[in-house]
Amino acid sequence: MVETAAAVKLIGAGLVVIGVGLGIGRIGGSAMDAIARQPEATNKIQTAMLIAAALIEGIGFAALFAV
Amino acid sequence: MHRLLRILFVLAVTSPLIVNANTHADEGHGGGPETELTPEKQREKNNEFVKHHTKDSHDFGVLVDESEDKHYGFPLPVILYDNGIHFFWSSAFEHGHKVVESNGLYYKLDAHDGKIYKTDEHGHVLKKVVIDEDTKEESLEELMPLDLSITKNVFIIFLMSILMFFLFRGIAKSYRTGLAPTGAAKFFEPIILFIRDDIAIPNIGEKQHKKYMVYLLTVFFFIWFLNLAGMTPLGINVTGNLAVTAALALCTFVITTFTAKKDYWMHIVWMPGVPVPMKIMLFPIEVIGMFVKPFALMIRLYANMLAGHIVLGALIAAVFFFDAFLAKGAFIGLTFFMNIIELLVALLQAYIFTMLTALYFGAAAAEGHH
Amino acid sequence: MDKLLGEFSIGLFFWQTVLFLALLFLLRKFAWKPILDAVNEREDKISGSLEEAEKMKVEMAALKASNEDLLKEARAERDLMIKDAKETASKMIEEAKEKAKVEGSKLLSSAKESINAEKAAAITELKTQVAAFSIEIAEQIVRAELSSADKQKAMADKMAEDINMN
Repeated sequence: MVETAAAVKLIGAGLVVIGVGLGIGRIGGSAMDAIARQPEATNKIQTAMLIAAALIEGIGFAALFAV
Repeated sequence: MHRLLRILFVLAVTSPLIVNANTHADEGHGGGPETELTPEKQREKNNEFVKHHTKDSHDFGVLVDESEDKHYGFPLPVILYDNGIHFFWSSAFEHGHKVVESNGLYYKLDAHDGKIYKTDEHGHVLKKVVIDEDTKEESLEELMPLDLSITKNVFIIFLMSILMFFLFRGIAKSYRTGLAPTGAAKFFEPIILFIRDDIAIPNIGEKQHKKYMVYLLTVFFFIWFLNLAGMTPLGINVTGNLAVTAALALCTFVITTFTAKKDYWMHIVWMPGVPVPMKIMLFPIEVIGMFVKPFALMIRLYANMLAGHIVLGALIAAVFFFDAFLAKGAFIGLTFFMNIIELLVALLQAYIFTMLTALYFGAAAAEGHH
Repeated sequence: MDKLLGEFSIGLFFWQTVLFLALLFLLRKFAWKPILDAVNEREDKISGSLEEAEKMKVEMAALKASNEDLLKEARAERDLMIKDAKETASKMIEEAKEKAKVEGSKLLSSAKESINAEKAAAITELKTQVAAFSIEIAEQIVRAELSSADKQKAMADKMAEDINMN
């Protein structure tokens, strides 16, 4: 029973990590698109990208430490 | 100064190779018995190696010779608070082999978790009975004194603080002779200006940013320098400690809360621009958010740095786990690559921490523009 | 989460807070304030210098423009002067020519007059002289004609004949 609970926790954490990975990937991809479209706004886009990625990353860590 | 930085860079990049050399030397001394290690034993040893390198310790160990149980390094002072202050050098523990008597009380260092436990004179750990409030079950808990020792991490923080103080005071002094930057200022001035022009001003605003600059600059260079210190082959992992990042995040939280203007509290208590039921619903969410923000700051830095060190440690351990020449070469290459990535992460995490801190300050300092 | 709390070391937290706050205050006093002040001062200086340079540029442009104007004016004046001079010169030449013409014609006419007068005088004199000669000749002829009676008679005959014939 205890092992099942632990396994469920791990699977949940894995799901969260998959979600976080997809999210950060999307942010990165969109940022690349945006930079390709407007290279002169690279700095602003990068800053916004890092902030968004950092915020999503926080959720990932929360899931990992909840395990 | 530039030359010094170049040397530091080369040192940082080649650090795994130096660690390799050290570990290799250890194995060379081992001789007979060590060659008979089973893969399970080796794996355990590697685990121990990685864990040990990410942990704080009570002495500054550089090298451990396992075959002769010799430790190279130097001891650090131990300060305990347990019905009065106890002070002695960590060398007295002899790496967990000896019980230390101080003012009539006995202490022992656990070599595995690196913590100091209270014992009797024979080295048996003293325990007290704890009753679980929910289950009413009784369990025994080891007694530990309040440990305020100058550990390896505290020592490094102290060292880095001194370095930072003299470095930036030197830069400040260099401006007295002329307005153009000279020496180290040439390298650091663009970074200082970057923090002001690209982090503080866009997030906090032209008018308000001045009073936050001191904290932003200090926190950026503090994290960056300690991250870089972690890249040296001395096995330092300061920013990958929860206590360190918690203290930094707490500072951000305290400054945010105490410099917050009316607007900030309005947004938490009574969110403007949304219908009344939403206002009531948003209140608890905003209150939780207030605490989650610094919590995320703390966890992010801690987890990133710790993860980086674990990955590096694991890769270095893998170099010795495999015998094939090709595998060794591949893992050395991978370690080198990871080191460069970590060098980037060291800067990136400092930047993100500063950036998000500035963002929170900006929310606190904002004045009614809604 | 329990593991996370197990990692937390109160001693490290205490020292980190103390050292970090000490560093914060020391750096504020000895590093960031002077550095930021110096940088701000320099930026002010640079922007001030740039502004001044811009002002100088505008001033220079104005000066250049005024110079150009002055030059243009001078050129125009010069042109005007040359034109005036040319005009005066041509006028003078014209006048001189006119005068010369008038003078010439006057001279010519007076010369003509005097020539005419001389001519008239000459003619008159010639006439008088011719008359005198004629008279003398006639006298001599008459003397010759009338020197003999025959001749006087022939003459008278002839005259009578002429009258008869009429």
